Amino acid sequence: MSQLTDARLDRGDVVVRVKPEGLVDFFRLLKLDSELCFDMLLDVTAVDWMDQAEARFELVYHVLSTAKLHRLRVKVWVQESKPEIESLCPLWSGANFMEREVWDMYGIKFHGHPDLRRILMYEEFVGHPLRKDYPVQGKQPRVPLRHPEVENTARLMKRPALVQINKRAAGASEQEGSRR
Amino acid sequence: MKAPDPELLNVDYGVGGVTTHVRSRKLGDDLHSETMVLNLGPAHPATHGTVRIVAELSGEKILDADVEVGYLHRGFEKMCETVDYNQVMPYADRLNYVSPIINNVGWCLTVEKLLGVEVPKRCQYIRVIMSEISRITDHLTCLGASAMELGAFTVMLYMIEARELLWELVEDVTGARLTISYGRVGGLKYDLPNGFAAKLDAALKQTRKILVDCDRLLTRNRIFIERMCDVATITAEQAADFSLTGPIARASGLNYDVRKAFPYSSYDEFDFEVPLGSKGDNYDRFLVRFYEIEQSMRICEQAISRLPDGPIAVDDPHIVLVPKDQVYGSIDGMINHFEMVMYGVKPPKGEAYIPVEGGTGELGFYTISDGSGYPYKVHVRAPSFIHMGVMRQMLLGAAVADVVPTFGMINMIGGECDR
Repeated sequence: MSQLTDARLDRGDVVVRVKPEGLVDFFRLLKLDSELCFDMLLDVTAVDWMDQAEARFELVYHVLSTAKLHRLRVKVWVQESKPEIESLCPLWSGANFMEREVWDMYGIKFHGHPDLRRILMYEEFVGHPLRKDYPVQGKQPRVPLRHPEVENTARLMKRPALVQINKRAAGASEQEGSRR
Repeated sequence: MKAPDPELLNVDYGVGGVTTHVRSRKLGDDLHSETMVLNLGPAHPATHGTVRIVAELSGEKILDADVEVGYLHRGFEKMCETVDYNQVMPYADRLNYVSPIINNVGWCLTVEKLLGVEVPKRCQYIRVIMSEISRITDHLTCLGASAMELGAFTVMLYMIEARELLWELVEDVTGARLTISYGRVGGLKYDLPNGFAAKLDAALKQTRKILVDCDRLLTRNRIFIERMCDVATITAEQAADFSLTGPIARASGLNYDVRKAFPYSSYDEFDFEVPLGSKGDNYDRFLVRFYEIEQSMRICEQAISRLPDGPIAVDDPHIVLVPKDQVYGSIDGMINHFEMVMYGVKPPKGEAYIPVEGGTGELGFYTISDGSGYPYKVHVRAPSFIHMGVMRQMLLGAAVADVVPTFGMINMIGGECDR
């Protein structure tokens, strides 16, 4: 527990603050220790403190023990100059979507995440919307037309010539294929 | 979790940089055939709510799947930072729009925890009654829609009829059916109307009758069972690993219900059971929801029969609006009213997280107050969003036809998933 820097009781919830180094080991301890037994990662989110705190970003994890029925809130500072942290995906598969959301909304990178893409916004989105310096009514550049994944087959299809009803009678076999 | 094939990641499909997790690849079989990529959604009749599932198929079998959410993202959390605490209520309605009262209750409890107040017993009981009615409507919608997608259209109509009865009750109390905005920080908008107990009793009686019919039509129906049984099985360990809560987790045998584990709003005073599944397949998820409806009705009946008298809001002019006769009759009342309207509720600095048992799972509101009238940060732990994370795991190895019942039983609500 050398990562632990602060622990307190806030409105009945246990809140601990840890160093970003060795975060996965800390959570592994929480998960595997038979007394703690925090088997579920409930929630991952971040807070943008701008210049009001000792670092710009604060990651907030909520974990739950479904067997012992206790909860814990874990907080980690993340510096603006290096918005990176270890991913918890090796411990909990559920971390996948939650960390993708934090990356999308706050631009904090998770090392060791198998598939860190935007999740709620689209790929071409510029910036990270839940940061405090992103304007509430921010305008985004127009996205160019994406390459259609399904081509308009109706337009490209080679159609056979229209059947001419009086073909034989008019001796119009030469015209076959000329009309569309 | 099976690690995704690295060479399949972030394939650029030309202009615009559309990345898709899945693309077709050569199969190592004798026929030298290729897999096929099937795109379900975002606008597909079976994806009620907008979600896109890109599935890689070998014949009927799903080898890999990419689940894309976010088509309904409207910036709920960003909007909440620009309005005061009571103005969040209409936004919260639109999270899980099938059971909006539970969202209201969750948000109210969070702000009340920040303020350090507890609402009167009568308010707590009314919140419980309305939450449970919402839970029933949520489950009825989920089960009815899923049954319809598997061909049981009659069941859908029956369940919509039952839902209609309950929504009429909601309309009686709140004046609206869907976007009700019934909660208020520190209380409720209105008290229950006269004669509500009798109406509730009649509606529950009729709902029970309809549920018996649905049970006869569906639960032992062979077609239904064959589509649902042993499909998308999730064990209890996997459920904890994927952070599943609510009926999905309980269908896998994970005994976790927020109402029992961390009782809020006097839930510990009611006698109800938590149905648990054993296998964790779609059929168990269906049954767990079916039996939860009965338990919710039991809670409603207990709450209405023991409904205490008293006020429905805390007696604090800095949290709730003062009565109109005081506004027009006294200078204090006028000032308090003005301050509430202009500045809103001002919780002290701090943070709070409150979980409530939503229709789909643990719905949590994490809020930070900086001492002003506007929340500094609002985050919703949306169960639908987190449950979509397990969709890929459920679909691996399943058939294309299994996508529809699996998606139905996850009960993804677009408004809550994408926020």
